[in-house]
Amino acid sequence: MTAVLAPRRRALAIRKYVPILGTLALLIVMYAIGIANYENFYNTQILLNIFIDNSFLLVVAVGMTFVILTGGIDLSVGSVVALTTMVCATMLNNGWPTPLAMIAVLLMGAALGFAMGCVIHFFEIQPFIVTLAGMFLARGLCYVISTSSISINADFWRTTAQHRIGVGSFTVTPSVLIAALVVIIAAVVLAWTRLGRTVYAIGGNPTSAMLMGLGVGRTRIAVYTISGLCSSIGGLLLSFYMSSGDPLHAIGMELDAIAAVVIGGTLLTGGAGYVVGTVLGITVLGLIQTIITFQGNLSSWWTRIVIGALLFVFVLLQRTVVRRTP
Amino acid sequence: MTLLRHRLFWPSAALIVLLLGNLIFTPHFFSIELRNGQLYGSLIDILRLSAPLILVSLGMTLVIATGGIDLSVGSVMAVAGALACSIVVDRPDISGVLLACAAALALALALGLWNGFLVSVVGLQPIIATLILMVAGRGLAQLITEGQIITVNSPPYRFIGAGYLLTFPFAVIIAAVVVALVALITRRTALGLLVESVGGNPRASRLSGIHSRRLIWGVYAFTGVAAGIAGLMATANVSSADGNAVGSLIELNAILAVVIGGTSLAGGRFSIAGTVVGALLIQALDTTIYTTGVPAQTTQLFKAVVVIAICLIQSPVFRRRVFRTVPA
Repeated sequence: MTAVLAPRRRALAIRKYVPILGTLALLIVMYAIGIANYENFYNTQILLNIFIDNSFLLVVAVGMTFVILTGGIDLSVGSVVALTTMVCATMLNNGWPTPLAMIAVLLMGAALGFAMGCVIHFFEIQPFIVTLAGMFLARGLCYVISTSSISINADFWRTTAQHRIGVGSFTVTPSVLIAALVVIIAAVVLAWTRLGRTVYAIGGNPTSAMLMGLGVGRTRIAVYTISGLCSSIGGLLLSFYMSSGDPLHAIGMELDAIAAVVIGGTLLTGGAGYVVGTVLGITVLGLIQTIITFQGNLSSWWTRIVIGALLFVFVLLQRTVVRRTP
Repeated sequence: MTLLRHRLFWPSAALIVLLLGNLIFTPHFFSIELRNGQLYGSLIDILRLSAPLILVSLGMTLVIATGGIDLSVGSVMAVAGALACSIVVDRPDISGVLLACAAALALALALGLWNGFLVSVVGLQPIIATLILMVAGRGLAQLITEGQIITVNSPPYRFIGAGYLLTFPFAVIIAAVVVALVALITRRTALGLLVESVGGNPRASRLSGIHSRRLIWGVYAFTGVAAGIAGLMATANVSSADGNAVGSLIELNAILAVVIGGTSLAGGRFSIAGTVVGALLIQALDTTIYTTGVPAQTTQLFKAVVVIAICLIQSPVFRRRVFRTVPA
């Protein structure tokens, strides 16, 4: 019996890695094209700059990975990021101590995610529509606070934005290290904890997960809380990067985050995917921007078109790897 | 009691209350005057401005009825508007405008067919399939306008969005005609029933001999065209095309209008009249917020509250827990 199953199981195990290997191959090809065509592209600082410019998106996409792994979706992330920058800027300008303001916005993000998770779980409403409402709510709250940008003058923000940490002969910002820490924690949680296993189980089949006695409801609420928390961490990183709170920050970020997760090989139906894939996905998005900048004569809107095309290719790839009858 | 149970009662009541509420801020809110054979007034403005949303919501209603969703409508609007304006800017005469409209609608149809292909033939989840075009479409629109805001100076093109025909705004007439046609085709033939059946259970529909694949494809194609017309109206109204701004967030407003109108997001049941009332309600809300002087962007807050309230009321679990009644 095992002899019959074994090759099949091995084939499945290899298939599981096809999307992420595809991303890796794409990344290598893109990087090779960059090095072949442009001077100075080989400079490692270029790669590090991608993470410096996208640290907030990376953190948000990590949260999104948890949600998508359960088969859900979170459209509210961009608005929660914006709301975080706004609330943080307002608190700091009203004289709140820096650590207190930071903890407060992190709690706020987690609370928003928790609330959405509760509505999704207890009232069985589609995640799509609940997080859509969350998106409206958070963006609306931004405008209630202020319709214009609020600059942040706190010392901690200024030093964090300007500080550079040496990595060999290259430098990164503290934000990159925070993002890296979030990635490592998320990867560990997904791979080696009960929560992580339940996340994969729900994505595979929620009914089986429930019948196995797993805490489906608890976990489902937890992933939206994690996504909310990651969004507010992303918001903090964005406020370091921009030194301001603005209701117009991070419009459309949910699309970039979803694109990064999908390009990173996480199945949109849930149940398969890795945080490492999301990191690769972010790198792909960043490389597209970098190549377009290096090319010089290509306009910024090509980024959107290329991201759309990549989304298409990767979704098709997923479709052929895991064929599900409708 | 039967009136209370009618599914159009609550959205209509909300619309009427909202309009009456406007009387507090603007005493002349309900006055409509006839100047040079053209109707003017706040109510007419609401009708005129809601025309694009009504068209988009109409397509969205059918897509949602099949159990799908179309996130790309805003991008399709932007692409269609951008293409039309890029043609009209060189040929502002009537023949140029007709050519521009034909080209824009053909492109919108092609984009709708593309969405339909991905959903019905390739078998992608609708959210994802249309997400691709939602992302790429904005880039496409900017590619057409070359990143600029194209401003056109063409009276015939402006007519589409701001003109009057037989005392009524032309945009309202277009929207009314499309609504009437769709209502006629879906409710006087079996088509509407077939759409609902596909949304209710795709497999059962296919086994009972319904060409569900063709039907789904057609619904997305129609949504593309409807969004294309809306894009023409939106750009004609301001005589310019901005690849980023045209139709931004309209997908969310359209979904909201559909849900307010009593169409179930799970598919299998739809109400065209409800959608029209829903779209009018949203536009009335926007106008009300605007006239009361509250920052316009805070409408999103109200919309969030409305979405949550309606979804909770639609949720059988919520009704069972809160009202202790089993839904019919």
